[in-house]
Amino acid sequence: MDNEKKYFFDNPNNVKRLMQVFYGICVVLFVLDFVIHRHVMHSWENLWGFYPLYGFVGCVVLVLIATWMRTFLMRSEDYYDNDDQADFDEKSATGDSANKKHNTEIGGHDVDA
Amino acid sequence: MWMLEIPPFLPFFIGALIAAVTRGTVRNIIMVAIPIVSGLHLWMVPEGIHLQFAFLDYQLVPYRADKLSLMFGYVFHIAAFIGIIYSLHVRDTLQQVAAMLYAGSGLGAVFAGDLLTLFVFWELLAFTSVFLIWARRTQRSYAAGMRYLIIQVLSGVILLVGALFYAAENGTLEFGFIGLDGIAGWLIFIAFGIKCAFPIAHNWLTDAYPEATVTGTVFLSAFTTKVAVYALARGYPGTELLVYIGAAMTCFPIFFAVIENDLRRVLAYSLINQVGFMVVGIGIGTALAINGAVSHAFNDVIFKGLLFMTMGAVLHMTGRINGSDLGGLYKTMPKTTVLCIVGAASISAFPLFSGFVSKSMVMSAAVEEGYDWIWLMLLFASAGVFHHAGIKIPYFAFFAHDSGIRASDPPNNMLLAMTIAAVLCIAIGVYPSALYSLLPYDTGYNPYDATHVLAQTQLLFFSALAFVWLNLKGLYPPELRSTNLDFDWIYRRLAPVALQKTFSVIWQADEALRQVFLTRFDLLMAFISRQNKGASSLLSRTYPVGSMVMWVSVILAAYLFLSFITH
Repeated sequence: MDNEKKYFFDNPNNVKRLMQVFYGICVVLFVLDFVIHRHVMHSWENLWGFYPLYGFVGCVVLVLIATWMRTFLMRSEDYYDNDDQADFDEKSATGDSANKKHNTEIGGHDVDA
Repeated sequence: MWMLEIPPFLPFFIGALIAAVTRGTVRNIIMVAIPIVSGLHLWMVPEGIHLQFAFLDYQLVPYRADKLSLMFGYVFHIAAFIGIIYSLHVRDTLQQVAAMLYAGSGLGAVFAGDLLTLFVFWELLAFTSVFLIWARRTQRSYAAGMRYLIIQVLSGVILLVGALFYAAENGTLEFGFIGLDGIAGWLIFIAFGIKCAFPIAHNWLTDAYPEATVTGTVFLSAFTTKVAVYALARGYPGTELLVYIGAAMTCFPIFFAVIENDLRRVLAYSLINQVGFMVVGIGIGTALAINGAVSHAFNDVIFKGLLFMTMGAVLHMTGRINGSDLGGLYKTMPKTTVLCIVGAASISAFPLFSGFVSKSMVMSAAVEEGYDWIWLMLLFASAGVFHHAGIKIPYFAFFAHDSGIRASDPPNNMLLAMTIAAVLCIAIGVYPSALYSLLPYDTGYNPYDATHVLAQTQLLFFSALAFVWLNLKGLYPPELRSTNLDFDWIYRRLAPVALQKTFSVIWQADEALRQVFLTRFDLLMAFISRQNKGASSLLSRTYPVGSMVMWVSVILAAYLFLSFITH
C-alpha cells in the first residue's frame, strides 16, 4: 500500500478543514435567523432556532429509535433463505452473534451481465 | 390528423417487438429513438379524447390526454429514455423487451380514460416488470419476483372487481373522480393503495426492487408507484384519509432506512417516503397541494432514478451493494460520486435542486390548510430523508472507511444516463418556471423567498450536524450484515410457520381420533360376538371375512340351485 496514490481525504488535515467549514456554515445559518426578517406562516416558526433545533433533535431521535429497533428486528443475513426455518425459534438470538457468524462470508449479491 | 390517434404506448410495444428480433447497434439505435420520437409526438398532442370506441354497453377511452396525464406522460418518456441509455451495455434480450413493454404499460395506464383500460395496463405493468426482477437469475430474485407478482396481480383483481361495482353503481366506466363512498370507491382505493405502497402493503417494494437487476431497478423505480400516484390524484383528490396515510408513509420508512445495510433497499425505503409526500399532497387536494404532488412525482422519477443508477453503477462495478462492504470509492469512481451527491441533494430538497421546489409546495399547502401536526411530521421526514438518502448513501458507499475496493467509473452509457438525470435535477431546481408552466393549476407559487430558503437550509445543515455528532460520539448504528424484519415477516415467515404448525396439529388430532375409534370399534365387535355366542356359534364367530364369504357363496349357490329347479 506504500506506493498507492494519496487521495484527498487520506490527509487528515483536509478532513479537518472540511469540518471547520461545515461548522462555520452551521454557525452562520443559526445567526442569520436573527438577522433576516422572516415572514412566517406558522406561530412555531417564531421560536428562535426552530428549524435548526428541530432538524438536529429530530435526527438524533430518529437514529436512537432506529438503533433501538435493531434489538428486536435484526436477524441474520440469510434469515429468509433457510427453507427449514430452523432459526424461527431462535428469536432470542441476538443480531450481534448472527452477524459475527456471517462476517467471514463475502458478497452475497450477484451482478447481472 | 390521424397521427393524433396513436396512443403513446403503441410505439413502445412496437419497439419491444423490434428489440426482440434485432441485436447490437441496430437495436440500440431503435430503442433510443423510440422515446425521443414518441416524446416529441406527445409534446404536440393537445388535450382531449383522442381515441374511443363502444364496448358492450360502455364507452371505452384508451387515449385521453389532459394536463394531469400529460405531465406523467412527459416524465415517463424522460425516464424511459434515461433508463434505456443506462442499459445500452446489457446483452440480455429478455430485459430489453421487458423494459420497453413495461414503459409502454405505464404510459398506457396514465392515458387510460376508463377503468377497464386502466385495469388492462395495471396488470400489464405487473407482468412485464416482474421479468426485470427475474432477469437477475438468482434464487432470491425468483422468490422475490414471485411475491411481487402475486401482490401486484392481487391489486389488479381488486381493481377489476371495484370497476365492475363502479359500473353497476354509476352506469359508466369513465375514470374520473371516484371518492370513498360505496363499495366500488373503497375497492378501487385499496387496489391503488397496494400499488402505491401504503403502509403494511409496502413490502413488495422493499422486497423486490433491491433484488432486480442493476438496470431493472432503474425502470422499476420510475413507473409502478407513479402510476398509482397518478391514479390517486385523478380518483381521490381531497380525500382526507390520504393525508394521514401519506404522513405515515413519509415517517416510518426512514427508521428502517437508517438500519438497512443493502443500499438499494435503503433507496427503496426512501422511495416510499417520497411517495408519502405526494399522497399527502393529493389528500390535501388544494390547487397548490395537487401541483406539489404532481411536480414531486415528476422530480422523484428523475432524482430517485439517478440515485438508483449510481448505486447500480456501484453494484455493477464492484459486485457489492451492502454498506458494510463498501467505502472509499470516491478515490476511483469520482464521477459517480459527484452524480450521486447531486441526486442526494435533490432528494433532500436543497435549494437550487429539484426536490426543493416541489416538496415546498406540499409543505406550504399543509400549513395553509391547518394540518399542523402533519406539517411537523413532514418536516421530520424531510430531515430524515436527508439523513439516510442524502448522507448515508453517499457516505457509506463513497467515503467512510476505505474498503480497499478500487473499481473504476462505470461504462460511458451509464455515465451519460446519470449525467442527463443530474442536469435535469439542477435545471428544474434553478429554473422551476419551466416545470410550473406544465402543471395542472396556475398558483403562482414562489419557493425562492429568503425565509423559506433559510429555513430549509438550516433544517438540512443541522440534520447533517446531528449525523456528524452521532458519528463522533460513536452512537451512529454501524452498517451490519443483517436482515431487518418488516411487515413482510407476517407472510414470509409467520403465516407459513403458523399454517405448518396448524396442519401438523390437525394431522396429529386426526390420527389420534382414528386410533380411538378403531380401538372402540374392535371392542364393540368383540362385545357383540360375545353376546351372540350362545345364539349361533356358526355365524357370529369373530372369525375373519373368509368365513363370511364362504357363507355368502353357499347362500348364492343355494339361490342358483333353487332358481334352476323352479323353472
